[in-house]
Order: sequence, then structure tokens, then C-alpha cells
Amino acid sequence: MALDDIYKEVILDHYKNPRNKRELPGAELRCTRNNPLCGDEITVFAHVEDGTVREVTFQGAGCSISQSSASMMTQAVTGQGVEGALALAEDFRGMMAGEAEPDEERFGDLVALKGVVKYPIRIKCAVLAWDVLQEALAGTGEATGTQAHAIS
Amino acid sequence: MLDVDAIRRDFPILEREFDGKPLVYLDSAATSQKPNAVIDAEAEFYRRHNANAHRGIYTLGEEATEAYEGAREKIARFFGTGDPSRLVFTRGTTESVNLVAHGWARPTLHEGDEILLTEMEHHSNIVPWQLVSQATGATLRYIGLTDDGLLDLSNLGELLTERTKIFGVTAMSNALGTIPPLRQLIDAAHAVGATVVVDAAQAAPHLTQDVDALDADFFAFSGHKMLGPTASGGLIAKREHLDRMQPMFGGGDMIREVFHDSATWNDVPYRFEAGTMQVAQQVGLAAAVDYLEALGMNEVRAHEVEITRYAIDRLLEAGATVFGPKDTDIRGGAVSFWYKDVHPHDLATILNEDGVAIRAGHHCAQLVMRRFGTPATARASFYVYNTTGEVDTLVSSLAKAGDIFAF
Repeated sequence: MALDDIYKEVILDHYKNPRNKRELPGAELRCTRNNPLCGDEITVFAHVEDGTVREVTFQGAGCSISQSSASMMTQAVTGQGVEGALALAEDFRGMMAGEAEPDEERFGDLVALKGVVKYPIRIKCAVLAWDVLQEALAGTGEATGTQAHAIS
Repeated sequence: MLDVDAIRRDFPILEREFDGKPLVYLDSAATSQKPNAVIDAEAEFYRRHNANAHRGIYTLGEEATEAYEGAREKIARFFGTGDPSRLVFTRGTTESVNLVAHGWARPTLHEGDEILLTEMEHHSNIVPWQLVSQATGATLRYIGLTDDGLLDLSNLGELLTERTKIFGVTAMSNALGTIPPLRQLIDAAHAVGATVVVDAAQAAPHLTQDVDALDADFFAFSGHKMLGPTASGGLIAKREHLDRMQPMFGGGDMIREVFHDSATWNDVPYRFEAGTMQVAQQVGLAAAVDYLEALGMNEVRAHEVEITRYAIDRLLEAGATVFGPKDTDIRGGAVSFWYKDVHPHDLATILNEDGVAIRAGHHCAQLVMRRFGTPATARASFYVYNTTGEVDTLVSSLAKAGDIFAF
């Protein structure tokens, strides 16, 4: 294993200079989830119109992998049809499960996260933002993920 | 002074290397490593004495029972009581606290009663009480924390009142290292008639614990953090509490007689030990107690103080933020920190490349994380086999993380 596999420049860049990291006023879709093991948290805001993801932003706190994945995700799905965004989420999972090679053109910067596959415990960091996106696009709205099952 | 070189030779796992780097195990607050004496004691039980305890009429069964009950006597004495019937064997602190919560507190508490905890409790001394609160209507209250990671006792008089029926408190924080003034708190709780549940998971491996000197009502500990096998540990309680406590599990060995509609209970502590217990593991824990007693608990503590002092100094020097008290008189060897702006997860991954094993996360203490406004910390924790040289490896590996994440 080499740290270069995981801490690629593009990952560090998205971590230090996250894209679309802000609240999206008026977003009709919004979802927050955390990783109960480590406390990483991500909120995804999405504005969908005529079946197209017009704008996606995120807020959150966590490690470089979870936050850079969220940043890259917002870029990758903006402008896509909802179906296409969900398909990309599935394909991203496939890459993180080590089951599929990424289509470099569709994945763009996301290809950089492939190295995380060698660090099994960190895979869930990379996938967190995509869980939240899928839930947000499913229209479950204010769902707060794991917190929903916690003791009030 | 501990002979750490000699001690290290007793722990076979410390010979492991990862990509040519020797293991630097700094996560003993999560679970300690095991010396040969413990591994051998457990293996020897299986090789020579294995049978179900309290059941066989044959010689082997008697040997198994003797080993199990001998472990109970030894472990009870280690924690300051000559009455082994006050020690209920459990899988560890979590099961022990749950046993008190469900077996003792649920039948006892009512609406209007209060359960007082502290914000530095591990989730295992919080969530069972939330379940009790839901079931009984009792209210949860918390002693807050100061910026230094001490209990904020300035309003203790308002929090600890005659309404307080249970006071749950850790003897050493797993997230901050803090050692609260336990005896003083227990006396204050008793003065208002509260029953005290001490979480000794972190303290038991490092500090002499005497349940009677503490006057603890319930005292929960884990064997696996004090050189013993996983699933070893127990609950020590005052006899009158055990006599009133309801069993949490029904099954074999915990009964005296079973009828169609009901059953009568076996004696304390057996009524709380349903089914086949973790016999070999508790026998292994007795060997761990022998090992610790041979080292001397005062020496164990002195070593912890020395290495913790060194680690805190080196971490601060390196630019890390250290959570919790800096005074080693009132803290144990779990040192939570942030290094520059490197997220603890990233830090743990980078340190792992150098063979350094630290914990990163919320340490099952989210109330502490929230209090200090961080989702996670990195945590290095130390035990009898750790050296200051390993602290040096940790610190130089941190510098590498700093380089990768140089902002």
C-alpha cells in the first residue's frame, strides 16, 4: 500500500477547496446522514426541475475522503437527469466495491477515489455522500438517516 | 519501575510487523493486548480442564467448576472484596451496566425520579439509562464538563438531589482520560440516597480499585481491557442490591426449580448467569489479574503516568491540540488530540502506514465530542507494554501527515 493511492492531489484539492459547499436556499430536496462509526456528517441539497438535477450542493464535516467525495459528486451529477444521477451513484458504488472499472469520462475527478478501495475501512467514507444523494433524490426530504432510529 | 523490555517479550503480538514496520499499538483503551500467561491459561483450560461449570458430577466437571469459581474469588479480591458472591460474571462493562439498568433500576424507578450521569460517560453508561428513562418515566440529567475536560461540579447541589435515584459515573474517561474525584462524588450521592453505578472499564486496568473503600453500589468492569480475554469481566455489587436485582436472562443454571408457570431463582450470583458462561475467558482473566499483581498496580500506574506525561509534552510540542486535563495526577493514559487540521481518520490511515495503531472517531462518547465541538478526535492510549520510543514514532508519523495535508 502506498499513501499516494489514497491521498491523490485531486482528492486533497477537493478537500481543501470544496466545490458547491453551501446551503441551497429553496432546495426542495434535502437529506442529512452521518456515519455512526466516525461522526462524519453530510447534508445534500438538490434542486430538480423537469427530471433534471439543476443544482446540487452539500454541507458537512468529516475526513478528506468523505468531504472530497461529496464535492466531486456535486460536480458530477449537476445537469444530469435524475435517472442518470442515480445510475452514476450505483456505478460509483460498484467501483468502491471493487466490482467495476470506472468509465473515466463519466466519472471525471471521481476516478481518483478508486485508490480508497485498498483501504476497506475508508470505503464507507467515500460512499457517504452518495447515500445521502440517493436518499435526497428519492424525495424522502427531511430524512436524517441514522438519527431517525435513535432514542428521542 | 516496570521492566518494559521484559514485559514486551510476554506479548507475542508485539513481534508483528506491517510492511516491515513493527507494530506500535496505541489503542489499549479500546482493548489491551494479551500476554502469553493469559493466552496459555485459556488454552490450558481447553486442553486439560474443559467441561461445563456447575454441571458435571465427574472429576473434569469439578475441575472446570473449580477453575471458574477460583477465577471469581481471585478477581473479586483484586477489586477489594473477599466475598466472591458479590461478583457476577458478565461479558464486560456494557453487559454489567445493562444488567443493573434492567434488573435493578427498571423495577425500582418511577416518574419523578432522576438519573444523574456525566457528559463524559461512554455510550454504554448512557444508552441503558435512556432505555430505563423511557420505560419508567424517570428523568435523565447530566453533570457538564469544564473546558479542561473536568466534571463541572459548580452546580452539583442542583443536579444531585433527593430525586436522584441513580448516579452513573465513570472512574476514568475513555475520551478525555479524566479521573473524576470518585470517592467524593459517591459520598455526595449517598448523602441524598442515590445508588451509584461506577463504570470502571478504563480505570480497572490502570488504577487500584477497591470497591469497598469506594463504597460503590455497583462496579462494572471489562476483562479485555486489562490483559484478559474478550467476553471476560463482571459486575461487583453490594449484596443487598444483588438480592433485590431481577435476572435479565432466564435459562439453565440460574434457577432452583422450574414449574409450568414460574420458576424460583438460584442463589446470587448464579441467578444472573444463565446458560453456559464464558468459563475459559474468566479463567484467562484470573491469569491477567495474576500478571498485573506480579507487576504491581502501583508500578502499572507509575508507568502510565510517565508515558502519558511524555506523550502529552511531545504532542503539544509538535503542535497538536490535546483534549482533557494535562495534569497526569488526574488523568489516565487515553490521550485525545487533533493534529493541525488533519482529520483523525486521515491521520489514522497515514499513521497505519508506519505500523502505528491509534483510534480515530468519537470513541463512543458523542456527548464529549459535542461539548468540545468536534465530530471526532484521534486518540493514543497506553499500557504496560508501551515505550516512550513508540511515542516518538507516533510524533514523527504525525509530521508526515502534516506534510501530506499541508494547507
